[in-house]
Amino acid sequence: MDLNLREIRPYGDSLSDGAMQLSFTLPLPTGPLAKEAALRLARKMGFAEADVVHMADLGEGFSFFVVYGKTRLFIDATDITVTAVKTDVWDRATCDEKIRELFGRKLKIMGACIGEDAHTVGIDAIMNMKGYAGHYGLERFAMIDAFNLGAQVEPETLLARAREKEADAILVSQVVTQRDAHLQNLTRFVELTEAAGLRDRFVLVAGGPRLDHKLALELGFDAGFGRGTFAEHVASFVIHHLVQKRSLGSEG
Amino acid sequence: MSLLGIDQSQVQRLRGTADEITRQIAPLLKSHTTVTVERAVLRLLGLDGVDHNQVPLPNVVVNHLREKVRDGASTAMLAAMLHTRASITEVAERVARGELDLHRLPAVPEDEIHHLGLELATESMERIHAMVRERRSRMDRLPVREQPWKYVIVATGNIYEDVAQAKAAVRRGADIIAVIRTTGQSLLDYVPYGPTTEGFGGTYATQENFRIMRSSLDEVAEETGHYVRLVNYASGLCMPEIVVMGAFERLDMMLNDSMYGILFRDINPIRTFVDQFFSRMVDAAAEIIINTGEDNYLTTADAVEAAHTVLASDFINESFGLAAGLRPELLGLGHAFEIDPDLEDSFLLELSQALLLREVFPDSPLKYMPPTKHMSGDIFKGYLMNAMFNLAGIWSQQGIQLLGMLTEAMHTPFLQDRYLALQNADYIMTAARHIHDQVTFRPDSLVIRRAHEVMDKTSGLLESVRETGLLKAISSGWFADISRPADQGKGLLGVLEKSDAYFNPCKPVLASRLGLEKEIDTWI
Repeated sequence: MDLNLREIRPYGDSLSDGAMQLSFTLPLPTGPLAKEAALRLARKMGFAEADVVHMADLGEGFSFFVVYGKTRLFIDATDITVTAVKTDVWDRATCDEKIRELFGRKLKIMGACIGEDAHTVGIDAIMNMKGYAGHYGLERFAMIDAFNLGAQVEPETLLARAREKEADAILVSQVVTQRDAHLQNLTRFVELTEAAGLRDRFVLVAGGPRLDHKLALELGFDAGFGRGTFAEHVASFVIHHLVQKRSLGSEG
Repeated sequence: MSLLGIDQSQVQRLRGTADEITRQIAPLLKSHTTVTVERAVLRLLGLDGVDHNQVPLPNVVVNHLREKVRDGASTAMLAAMLHTRASITEVAERVARGELDLHRLPAVPEDEIHHLGLELATESMERIHAMVRERRSRMDRLPVREQPWKYVIVATGNIYEDVAQAKAAVRRGADIIAVIRTTGQSLLDYVPYGPTTEGFGGTYATQENFRIMRSSLDEVAEETGHYVRLVNYASGLCMPEIVVMGAFERLDMMLNDSMYGILFRDINPIRTFVDQFFSRMVDAAAEIIINTGEDNYLTTADAVEAAHTVLASDFINESFGLAAGLRPELLGLGHAFEIDPDLEDSFLLELSQALLLREVFPDSPLKYMPPTKHMSGDIFKGYLMNAMFNLAGIWSQQGIQLLGMLTEAMHTPFLQDRYLALQNADYIMTAARHIHDQVTFRPDSLVIRRAHEVMDKTSGLLESVRETGLLKAISSGWFADISRPADQGKGLLGVLEKSDAYFNPCKPVLASRLGLEKEIDTWI
């Protein structure tokens, strides 16, 4: 059986059978009605041969389901282009080693969540000692001086502090995306650095759950990182980018 | 039965060293008060409510008093009450409206101030003790299950949504419900007021939210036949105030660590030490089980290398706790299952550590935290890791088993995640119920050798801390690899040196209730 890249379906135990498993909760008391509702929902989602293999009472009128089904949908894999940060990712120890070897000094990285956005979760996950999901933050890197300014920082303040500390890179976090506030804030920050003639002085990195590399590049950043990013991803990118800039002779 | 053969005289020596460490900083605790201790005293004397700008009245009063707080915030308030013949809340409302200046009161005899203060503090103790009696009587009628108690969290941000999820979890066997606080509340220097429906990654700790959850859990307990314990978080800049609110609303457990805020929230060390002591006296009077936060050490430091720092910190938390009147059965000392699962024999190392904690603190209901650091989006592996954690929990007879969620590190738990976690624990803990009495270890086994190694390293660390001093050890990064100097950190401005006239009417009343009359002057 040949793989047809134009018609990619999930693989259960044979090519393109479309088999998938899912689990979810419905706010219906456990019983035949809830089970039928789960089944109909699965069919509506495009599953053929949907089968509710497990139903459990969660209490308070909620029911849990495990459902198997075969999706009729498929994806044309030849039609996908992905824009992502393509540099190698090194672990913390390697990042420290590379910085020592390539720069012979600590790198300074400053970060903040700008504008009205009060969420520090993103910037904390990348910068704070504790990090996220077992991945230490930049504060933990021996060869990085990390300055986390927290949330609700004015773009002007972030830029001023970055100049004062002579930061190598600036991380701008945006979590709230209501009314496209993140796009406005990020654009404003880039414009500010350009107006001050400082755009080339810093590596600019944007981050947030609803951001990706493509969008960040469009907004004038050097990179963008979304969900699932850890400190080592950001550190590796910054190192690569600084080296690249240096070889282009744009530094100092 | 001792499985590890830990030398009890070594345990007693470590306990002695921990006592020396904590007593070294007692003079610092005694000479200082904090804005939140003073606000907690005002709350104990009956002050509650907010002004027209939603600023809590205890904050209004303490902000208004400024330098005068060094005399104890209640002193001027009691004088004003005597002078105006108004209640404490009426006085505070007048202050809030700018109708009364506590700096311009006519002189009131000190003995009258002290007399009224003691009277109100005694009433407050009665109010707290009524809650203790209520808890005991409910537990007699609705007995709690045997340990390990299954502890799950709710964290929707909306107290009413939390209630539905908590009740569902109780119907599926949860013994303890913890309402996670919204991100950032630990750094607020006031306690929000009223019911709340918006939070991020958790729900605001307010007295009204405590009341709403308490009554809902009491309701569902009547149906299941088991009392349900309610937990909230006192750690942060308002530790003593939140404990007072919890004591009034019959919370059963409080996260109340002596060092967590310093290390993980960058709160000033002196502030935290002063706050933890007073708040733990209130916990003790209210028979609230405290939970300590040693599990967090292992999120920054390596769980194999830093195992002894957890045990050392437990000894320090125990020493502070006992000094504040908490009996061993009210000390939910923390530890965690955080060793890299890819490490060979990781389970044996986890089991060794869990058994060790059990053997060192036989009368305390240890708080055992599930894997978090090595949880990924692989929910299937995560579920398996939680099963191994539950096996270690039942094997080592933990008191408080904080059930792991398979979606840890992704999002706050779905309703179904909590159900799956309870299923996991029920299965493992039923299947291996008596494993502790059935298995012994060879003297040369890894489990026993590792436990002795951790004990020896703990002993070394505690002795070094005693030589160096706790504050210097913390500023040198000995705990959790994080350095926090004593003259820095959040909330520093709220640390005040007491004046010679300082008076806290709750101190003698609490001390007498807890039988601490002899030692209390060493500490506060």
